[in-house]
Amino acid sequence: MSKARNNPLNSFAAHAALIAYTLIALFPVFVILINSFKTRKAIFRDPLALPEADTFTLIGYQTVLKQGDFFLYFQNSMIVTVVSLTLVLLFGAMAAFALAEYKFKGNMLMGLYLALGIMIPIRIGTVAILEMMVSSGLVNTLWALILVYTAQGLPLAVFILSEFMRQVSDDLKNAGRIDGLSEYTIFFRLVLPLVRPAMATVAVFNMIPIWNDLWFPLILAPAEETKTLTLGSQVFIGQFVTDWNAVLSALSMAILPVMILYVIFSRQLIRGITSGAVK
Amino acid sequence: MKNSGIKWHVIVFLAPAVLVYTAIMIFPLFNTLRLALYTEVDQVRQFVGLENFRTLFGDPYWSGQFWNALGNNFWFFFIHMIVQNPIGIALAAILSHPRLRFAALYRTAIFVPTILSFVIVGFAWKLILSPIWGITPDMLKALGLKWLYAPYLGKEEYALTTLALISVWQFVGIPMMLIYAALLSIPEEVLEAGEVDGITGFASFWKIKLPLILPSIGIISILTFVGNFNAFDLIYTTQGALAGPDFSTDILGTFMYRTFFGFQLQLGDPHMGSAIASGMFGIILIGVCIYLFGIQTRLRRYQF
Repeated sequence: MSKARNNPLNSFAAHAALIAYTLIALFPVFVILINSFKTRKAIFRDPLALPEADTFTLIGYQTVLKQGDFFLYFQNSMIVTVVSLTLVLLFGAMAAFALAEYKFKGNMLMGLYLALGIMIPIRIGTVAILEMMVSSGLVNTLWALILVYTAQGLPLAVFILSEFMRQVSDDLKNAGRIDGLSEYTIFFRLVLPLVRPAMATVAVFNMIPIWNDLWFPLILAPAEETKTLTLGSQVFIGQFVTDWNAVLSALSMAILPVMILYVIFSRQLIRGITSGAVK
Repeated sequence: MKNSGIKWHVIVFLAPAVLVYTAIMIFPLFNTLRLALYTEVDQVRQFVGLENFRTLFGDPYWSGQFWNALGNNFWFFFIHMIVQNPIGIALAAILSHPRLRFAALYRTAIFVPTILSFVIVGFAWKLILSPIWGITPDMLKALGLKWLYAPYLGKEEYALTTLALISVWQFVGIPMMLIYAALLSIPEEVLEAGEVDGITGFASFWKIKLPLILPSIGIISILTFVGNFNAFDLIYTTQGALAGPDFSTDILGTFMYRTFFGFQLQLGDPHMGSAIASGMFGIILIGVCIYLFGIQTRLRRYQF
């Protein structure tokens, strides 16, 4: 490699720029977290100081745990995210397999039809979705959210997974057919395990928008027992605007699960994006 | 066996996805467009043709709000285009340097805001910018820039730009990652060939890399466009459904929500809400078409 690309001055400037932006990216999270452990007085006197022995308090967390039903909200978010992801992956993989594997009339058209939803946001249809959920009695149930997120995730899932399924070797599938395996067995036993990395990519792509969505929980399931964590923290913080300890603690508690998920899946996510899945 | 009758397994494989997608996404989308042609008189739904659109564009009360929201939305998008994308590209260009240490660490950290929900981002920034708490004024004072401080979210002239910048802060990770991926896919030989011709450093970025990543910049632009024109959450979290101060941060998403659900004394109107949703649909469709037929086909893609 040439010297021009390895200039120490350049490398210093690169690190300086990256460190500066990293600080900008993490600063708000840091400020919220440290202040959630401080007394009200300390929050205002020196917002940037770390909590110390005499300024440390958990009063905000106590208020949050007493007033808000955060465990229920968390559970709701978990159920909605996990079930929607499972359905997106299962239905998406099945449809992707059909499109990638079989030649049938209208294959192209079906692919295009399913791809429409990649660019058109599902929110545009909200009025009619709400009407449908009301008339089918699904409003204020977690099923309303699960169905919407499944529909929302399918287009991109089918698109990405069918790209990957085209790469699975035909010989393998044909060998299975000669051994008398049914098409279903070939799909579940032979093909699915081979596209597992692509499935993980799709899962990670869908997980964040589902977990963080505010619009559909607000419209389809605002009841106390179906609130998701995102909606729950929104409502809670709205009610406790003047209780800074509670607000900061609620924010920290909302940050925590996403951060844990991110730490677990960040490699998968970044590999998914950089592998050129979105082309 | 082949080509004999209906292949049931194909139908079984396709059915669940097609059914859910059609029932929950496509059907409601068209039903919303249809509902925009109705109105409610004495709790009975009546067909009124394009009357709702005439109200939306003709009635000064409605059209004023609509054009305000649309204009704000374009400003919101404009800020994203001129701030988010250049920063994203710059970060990606630095990160893709072949011998950079800690690249993975920087990447992971800079992507953190993107995974946070709007509720967290909105409230966190609201607290940080708040004149009551004083973090921002104190920090500006430390830098000798105290005169720069204003209650940014409370002033009509700054609020929308501030919110757009918060949104940029949140989403800069996405263009960064996509451009980073595009830069990594440029083969070493191409860059070395440039070096032989004396093109290095900045020149190599402008003359070799940038033209090669133009398709990715196109994708980022259309993703940003679609995302911005159905944005809602951030404005709702920080400014509420009224998108204050005095509707200065109102965008199409909040306008539709207010119309659909009602606020304060005004009752919700699903049909006017549908009309606004149809407008949003039209705008997004135009944007996507411009991208697909006007931009994407003209960008040359290089295959290595």
